[in-house]
Amino acid sequence: MPEEAISFPLSSGISIPDTFYRSGSDDVATQQRSRSRWKKTLTGYSFIAPWLIGFIVFTGGPLLFSLYVSFTNYDVTSRMDWVGLDNFKRMFNSDPLFWKSVYNTLWYVFIGVPFSTVGAILLSTLLSQKVWGAGFFRMLFYMPTVLSGVAVYTLWMQMLGPSTGLVNTILRFFGIDGPAWLSDPAWTKPALVLMRLWSLGTSMMLYLSAMHSVPEQLYEAAEIDGAGRVRRFFIITLPMISPIIFFDIIVSMIGAFQVFQEAYVMSKDNQGGPASSLLFYNLHLFNQAFTNFNMGYAAAMAWFLFLIVMAITLVNMAVSKYWVHYEGGDKR
Amino acid sequence: MRHSLAWNRCSKHGLGRKRSEQIIKGIVFLCLAAFSLTVLLPMWFMLATALKTPQEVFMSPPTWIPTRFVWHNFADAWNAAPFNRYLLNSAFVALFAVGGAVVSNSFVAYGFAKLDFPGRKFWFTIILGTMMIPGFVTMIPQYILFNKLGWVGTFLPLIVPPFFGSAFFIFMLRQFYMTIPNELIESAHIDGANHYYIWWKLIIPMSGPALATVAVLSFNWSWNDFLGPLLYLTDNNSFTLQLGLKLFIGQVHTQWNYLMAVSCLVLLPIIVIFLAFQSYFLEGMNLSGAVKG
Repeated sequence: MPEEAISFPLSSGISIPDTFYRSGSDDVATQQRSRSRWKKTLTGYSFIAPWLIGFIVFTGGPLLFSLYVSFTNYDVTSRMDWVGLDNFKRMFNSDPLFWKSVYNTLWYVFIGVPFSTVGAILLSTLLSQKVWGAGFFRMLFYMPTVLSGVAVYTLWMQMLGPSTGLVNTILRFFGIDGPAWLSDPAWTKPALVLMRLWSLGTSMMLYLSAMHSVPEQLYEAAEIDGAGRVRRFFIITLPMISPIIFFDIIVSMIGAFQVFQEAYVMSKDNQGGPASSLLFYNLHLFNQAFTNFNMGYAAAMAWFLFLIVMAITLVNMAVSKYWVHYEGGDKR
Repeated sequence: MRHSLAWNRCSKHGLGRKRSEQIIKGIVFLCLAAFSLTVLLPMWFMLATALKTPQEVFMSPPTWIPTRFVWHNFADAWNAAPFNRYLLNSAFVALFAVGGAVVSNSFVAYGFAKLDFPGRKFWFTIILGTMMIPGFVTMIPQYILFNKLGWVGTFLPLIVPPFFGSAFFIFMLRQFYMTIPNELIESAHIDGANHYYIWWKLIIPMSGPALATVAVLSFNWSWNDFLGPLLYLTDNNSFTLQLGLKLFIGQVHTQWNYLMAVSCLVLLPIIVIFLAFQSYFLEGMNLSGAVKG
């Protein structure tokens, strides 16, 4: 695609209007240099200004402000007093729902992400086998990823119905008596993991393009050495795409830690029921902020999540050097 | 090239080799076909349920094909709540989200890709860093900010921020602009064009496919956005389709035929756009994935 886009103006020739041509300036060279440096800086910053202003107003500023809020008892309307570490103490010591939400979220991250990673690698491996109709299958598997939002949650609520739902109908076909999914506290989180597996298109596409860029000679050399298909997958494909696996796991984990909409829409009372089994971290945070208007407490929760996410990313990076293989040996 | 390699392999190892290759491809095809049911069956089930009578919806086991196709379920469900209004609101918000994303991100990305100024590297690192910040950390202070501005209850918190760029799109377009040869811009510059003119007259026309990717993705995100409208739209009249559908779930409870009918209609624009502009969705993945990897 890029080639096409670039060749178009090149081949058709760039026609620059006559008004562009100015008579050569007769400034002194040094003056010109310092002036042009200023101009360069000014032009550069004028281009990034929209983002820079947005960053200060919508991201950077709010980030610092929320750090401050996390040490207060702010409630939007009246009070905003400094309470020190009270919010954090309350979080760890006297809010049982906080620990419940931490447990639910960790469950979702550490069960859900491995399943979706393995699933995405499996699908992309099958798709890279150049079989008839691979393009169609790729499109089909990617489609659920672009479908999201309440309509898809509604569809899944219907499919997960205990007696009339599609999932249990299919399980019954195989002689399995399916659980009550969204009404059974033990099965709500597996239900969301199942739903997650439906839309792993983004990861799948990442792996697919990584697999396509593995040099063909490596496979040929391994084949000559007598390595079978499965062995070639483990000694060549997996190590060669390991940087992408690493990247995908980090991104998926950060995403999974922030699971919210599914739980908000699919739990009956928007409160993470039944039995708080879908009360994820962000749902608890949302309820604290916008139902109880404990903004200070919610901000403290948000910052704790931020630290956890950063810590996990750092741990991932530290561990990665033991299993991620970078071609050419350059550490990125 | 791959064909000739396959050919070499066949001729080297003889026909038995070719046969086993074909058997494996057949197995892979069957696996893919089986997996494709996981996408197709839910879609079919959604459509079939939408067409059923209320009695048939609760039949257990469910029927795969409705005994009677109740086409007016679609119209009935759509008119049971002000979905026309919701559709209008969704379209309005999406229009601004797409317009803002296309203009602002390409402008900023050009600055990062083709201009040299002090601090460029630093700010670009910050952009990449912002992608790691969980949305909920900035959500609360943003809400407080919009509340102070008196914007809560209006569309403004949904339609103004897109004009200030988003990290993902800036990153993606920057990668695209990096592939444009510098000589092209330099020659235009030497001829006296300033960078705004170059961006508008030279870069925008040649970044059609990349901008289409931005447009398609930002439309998709805006259309599917639930949290933003949930926080900032308070009046039923200004609800988007996502909020309207959520409200509808509470109203009709388990009238699955109505719920599925509306869900079908809400998903329809996305499905059509995806099928029509597939390549742009996938291209977006490649453009962003290429460098992250």
